[in-house]
Amino acid sequence: MIEVKDLEKSFGKQKVLDGVSFSIEKGESVVIIGRSGGGKSVLLKHLIALLQPDAGEVLIEGENIVAMNERQLLRVRRKFGMLFQGAALFDSLSVKENIAFAFRRDRSLPEEEIAKRVAHVLELVDLPGIEDKNPSELSGGMRKRVGLARAIVYQPEIVLYDEPTTGLDPIASDSIDKLILRVRDRLDVTSVVVTHDMRSARRLGQRILMLHDKRIYAAGTADQIFQSQDPVVRQFVEGVSDVKELN
Amino acid sequence: MSFWGQWVSEWLEGLGRLTFLTKDAIASLLTFKVAWRDLLFQIYFVGVKSQSVVLITGAFTGMVLAAQTYLQFHKVRMDTATLAVVSVSMCSELGPVLTGLMVAGRVGAAIAAELGTMRVTEQIDALRTLATHPVDYLVVPRLLALHAALPLLTAESIAIGIGAGYVVAVYLYGIDSAYSWYNMVKYTGTIDVAIGLIKAVIFGGIVAIVGCYKGLFCGEGAQGVGRATTEAVVYSSITILITNFFLTLVLGKIFHTF
Repeated sequence: MIEVKDLEKSFGKQKVLDGVSFSIEKGESVVIIGRSGGGKSVLLKHLIALLQPDAGEVLIEGENIVAMNERQLLRVRRKFGMLFQGAALFDSLSVKENIAFAFRRDRSLPEEEIAKRVAHVLELVDLPGIEDKNPSELSGGMRKRVGLARAIVYQPEIVLYDEPTTGLDPIASDSIDKLILRVRDRLDVTSVVVTHDMRSARRLGQRILMLHDKRIYAAGTADQIFQSQDPVVRQFVEGVSDVKELN
Repeated sequence: MSFWGQWVSEWLEGLGRLTFLTKDAIASLLTFKVAWRDLLFQIYFVGVKSQSVVLITGAFTGMVLAAQTYLQFHKVRMDTATLAVVSVSMCSELGPVLTGLMVAGRVGAAIAAELGTMRVTEQIDALRTLATHPVDYLVVPRLLALHAALPLLTAESIAIGIGAGYVVAVYLYGIDSAYSWYNMVKYTGTIDVAIGLIKAVIFGGIVAIVGCYKGLFCGEGAQGVGRATTEAVVYSSITILITNFFLTLVLGKIFHTF
């Protein structure tokens, strides 16, 4: 469903991705791990063409989205929902207007149906009745939940999560993880999660890809990655700054 | 690459992006169903909220122009031509230019700051993931609103400027009102008003496109937004002043030929 081939990306003189290749099957839940500043979010943004690579291809159901212009991409992006690191809610709009944004733009549904869908998706993220609040009135965890509600209200086939638990306390992180699993199971979507939270990675990932040194360094099931004897993988999984500290 | 080489390269790159943004906006205008709610809000923000600043600028410009013109013309006993000079200047030059500059300072800065903040907080990316083209949603309503509002604000500025100039000329300096009015109507042509309003439409487009461009392509963080806001005002003001000179030549040639 998603196929990435030899992706390369630089910002100025700094190369961030260098020959990244992998594929993700329909309905799969994949977690991309790696160090902060290692290019995980950059890689994720290439999957929905928010960034253009210097070289390589990104195929969504066989279509190369790298070759498309912004207007052609609008059609492909309808298959996606994305939760941003800071939720990226439109701060001039209420929660309801944020979630119903694309419906209002399309003018495809009557107001009652839009209100019904917004209420339903807010219940799914455990935030019923906050339709009329403004994003500035919400906590970090609530903002992420609303961001997720906005991402899934259109019933996308693929949901991308950019550091969904970063900046949240452990309890809020746990609830976001559970929410992601609930969305995956109830809506039967393909999930791609970028995180450096190893607890989340283990819970969410049917498969884990590790981005290291500008390319996919390791790939496997959660058990394979967590039991790996490779020093680079172990160092990251165990959160050790000095390799010598590994047993 | 040398400093100057890099500067030229970045300048050309920026010019290219600005051209593509303008092209996208025009293409969107031709095909896109306008979101009336957004457009009306922008017209309110640009037009209604700019009233005070435009009226004050127009009034005091008309007054100072009347005073200066009178002081010079009085020496050659041409007092009654004072209001004609105020009128022609306000209609074809000062009205559109000063309104353009004031709106660039108020609205251009607000557009750049708003879009710049949206960019650094990933709201523009969020728009794109919701299958919405940022040009359709953000640029087109602002462009249309400025195209529509600036000629109206300019007309107001011209009217209030002439009115304030009349008060200064007639009541402060005691110029004969009937002759002043007669000369003003005699020497101010429909062409002068038309030139002023055409300029205002073009200046509206400049403020919108430069403000949107600076916001959509601003640098990272608070510093990036701050710089984008300043540059939006400076670049749109300079562009208005330069464009005004060439418009005066071209529109003058066109209207005075026919």
